Amino acid sequence: MSDASINPSDLPQKSESLLVPSKLMRRRNAAETRYKAYGIAAIVISLATLGIMLITIFSDGISAFSQATLRFPVTMDAATLDPKGNRDIAEMTKVTTVGYKKVLEKSLIAELVLRQVAVDGVSEKDIGAFISGDAPARLRDMVLADPSLIGQTIDFSAFATGRIDGYFKGRVTMETAKLDSNISPEQLQLADKMQEAGILDVRFNTKFFTNPDASDTRPESAGLGVAIIGTLYMMALVVVLSLPLGVAAAIYLEEFAPQNRFTDLIEVNISNLAAVPSIVFGILGLAIFINFGGLPQSSSMVGALVLTLMALPTIIIATRASLRAVPPSIRTAALGIGASKVQMVFHHVLPLAMPGILTGTILSLASSLGETGPLLLIGMQAFVVNYPSGPLAGGVMEPATALPVQVYAWAARSDPAFIERASGAIIVLLAFLLVMNIVAIILRRRFERRW
Amino acid sequence: MKLTKITVSTLAILAASATVSMARDNVQVAGSSTVLPYATIVAEAFGENFSQFPTPVVEGGGSGAGRAKMCEGVGENTIDIANSSSRISQKDIDTCAANGVAEIMEVRFGYDGIVFASDVAGADFALTPSDVYLALAAKVAKDGALVDNAAAQWAEVNAALPAQDILALVPGTKHGTREVFDTKVVVAGCKETGAHDLFLATAEGKDDKEKAGNADKACMELRTDGRAVDIDGDYTETLARLDADKNAVGVFGLSFYQNNTDKLKVATMSGIVPSTESISTGEYPVSRPLYFYVKKAHIGVIPGLQEYIDFFVSDDMAGPDGPLAAYGLVSDPELAATQAMVAAGTPMGPLE
Repeated sequence: MSDASINPSDLPQKSESLLVPSKLMRRRNAAETRYKAYGIAAIVISLATLGIMLITIFSDGISAFSQATLRFPVTMDAATLDPKGNRDIAEMTKVTTVGYKKVLEKSLIAELVLRQVAVDGVSEKDIGAFISGDAPARLRDMVLADPSLIGQTIDFSAFATGRIDGYFKGRVTMETAKLDSNISPEQLQLADKMQEAGILDVRFNTKFFTNPDASDTRPESAGLGVAIIGTLYMMALVVVLSLPLGVAAAIYLEEFAPQNRFTDLIEVNISNLAAVPSIVFGILGLAIFINFGGLPQSSSMVGALVLTLMALPTIIIATRASLRAVPPSIRTAALGIGASKVQMVFHHVLPLAMPGILTGTILSLASSLGETGPLLLIGMQAFVVNYPSGPLAGGVMEPATALPVQVYAWAARSDPAFIERASGAIIVLLAFLLVMNIVAIILRRRFERRW
Repeated sequence: MKLTKITVSTLAILAASATVSMARDNVQVAGSSTVLPYATIVAEAFGENFSQFPTPVVEGGGSGAGRAKMCEGVGENTIDIANSSSRISQKDIDTCAANGVAEIMEVRFGYDGIVFASDVAGADFALTPSDVYLALAAKVAKDGALVDNAAAQWAEVNAALPAQDILALVPGTKHGTREVFDTKVVVAGCKETGAHDLFLATAEGKDDKEKAGNADKACMELRTDGRAVDIDGDYTETLARLDADKNAVGVFGLSFYQNNTDKLKVATMSGIVPSTESISTGEYPVSRPLYFYVKKAHIGVIPGLQEYIDFFVSDDMAGPDGPLAAYGLVSDPELAATQAMVAAGTPMGPLE
């Protein structure tokens, strides 16, 4: 309300006491109270949304970090695993995981008999169904690496399958098991007895962080290993690629470039690039880096190049802002004592602007960390089981996935156990983001200078 | 000058590493999201049992996208295999040929059943194609004329069905599943109810074939008043929508249903309960073949490609007792012929 519209009779009269609020005063106070209430309401709504989101994610996902595990001695039956008995590796590779599954099944049943756990009508096949599909493969790898294990009895731990695991996490109940074609209530009762006998227990699942992805038939062994490596590779490459480029471009534009139409055009374009939807960069990446440049699909290199394109404008803008925040007196002082322009920038301005540049870089990294769209287009939403090799051995050129696309892939799987895994992956992603933001805050707090 | 040095050396390292490891040693697969779970199961088992080869990398993305990617050309930066839940089209074959992909192997490894399912606590549904048509089509035949579909409850369509509001969650038009739903259920129902004849009478076209095609298309028009809802996402989205509205009936793949029998109740179609058995005998009508297409020029170049496809169609994997069948694949009765074809590396002939 402008002053012109105020009715003169509303204004406080001299005769009135200052302690008794006039009409105008009351109106202004009411407006203030209202404004405060709107502000509080806005904060409450956004906090509530955040809270609901976090509660759903954590209640769905926290169980992904624990896992029902079977522990039992396995007798390596030589007749099954090495039929010819000559311990020849070439011969032994002919025994597939099917053979190893039988060995595990037999050992588990023997253990049940030994511990006098009554199986009450659960068939041998259904007992075998307790053991995760990845266990035979692990056992096979162990035996092929060390053939002397054959004939021995070793202590082995195997994941229980997704449905059994879900029972201990409350996802599967006796009621749902009645309807479920993949599990029976009898199997769940047996699981309870196995827990009492100490064969089965639920414990923290470190494999969730290290295992690669697994197929739809074995959600219990699916992990984030490849996705975490892929994400780390990409983030490292993005820093290596975008920080020098972005900082160099920003320094040039801010300190050296002449002020003309051409540099104006560049500036406008940089601001526009920062607002381009990320999926566009994915299409660009597919066309340029894969189809034209011949870089391998699904590799963290291509992912990093695409994310670099996305992060560059943000880094340039942040760097320019922090360069501009360095007071001109520093520059004139440096030039005044005879420093060249390059010396002025690199000896004085850049070090002072560094905390701001790093903060901006970390924040733009954090936003590219959660980026999914462009990665879907360049084939990073793939089923990748082999870990990429080390960064110096060309690992960045090998197929990998990333955390956000892993979430996307798991959320679309048909087994409900993958929903839990997807939420668990979100928690890991959030932890990454939190760490990066905390680092950015610390950098700002410790090194930022006010002039 | 430290910064410049770092920049230069970084670029040098990148250039070096880019040239070092260009040769691809893993099989690269992309395509249908329906085939994706089967392909990952095979890829995983392949990686475990053939330790001399890396595990194939399998991408989703849709049948059409996968075939398009395969047809981009020959070379290590193109994919080797396209998974597809529908048959390759002449257009794709032409694109392939134009880009130098001359020989393609077509491998049909099994069938996928498509089922109607409702909430597990809800009423039983015994559907027929004509029930589905009468409930979901835009126009239905009434007293020898085509009228707008006004049915609000399943019981109005067929007195044997529950008195429950009609709400069907059907796959969106970009899904391969939709095509099967359209041809095997909707058009079949259209013909049974006589609406097809009425459409045919007014259909435009040069000859009978084109007229019939247009009549089929008219049959496939679903009602737009919100009772038939297109789901463009995955089956998980259909399931979430069904959870939110217990009255809904959703269209799912058989394998998805088998993994969620605690939440879903399957509907019979013309009295037949869908199962891998009833689909393989052909009793249950709503099914479709699943394929993968192999770029022949890559066999012998990409290590493990021939071994992977042999392994995929082997009885241990795609056979009736294999893990794919356990997950919901309907095994192909002619698998032996496919195995021989794959072993001999016979490329596909022209489409008939």
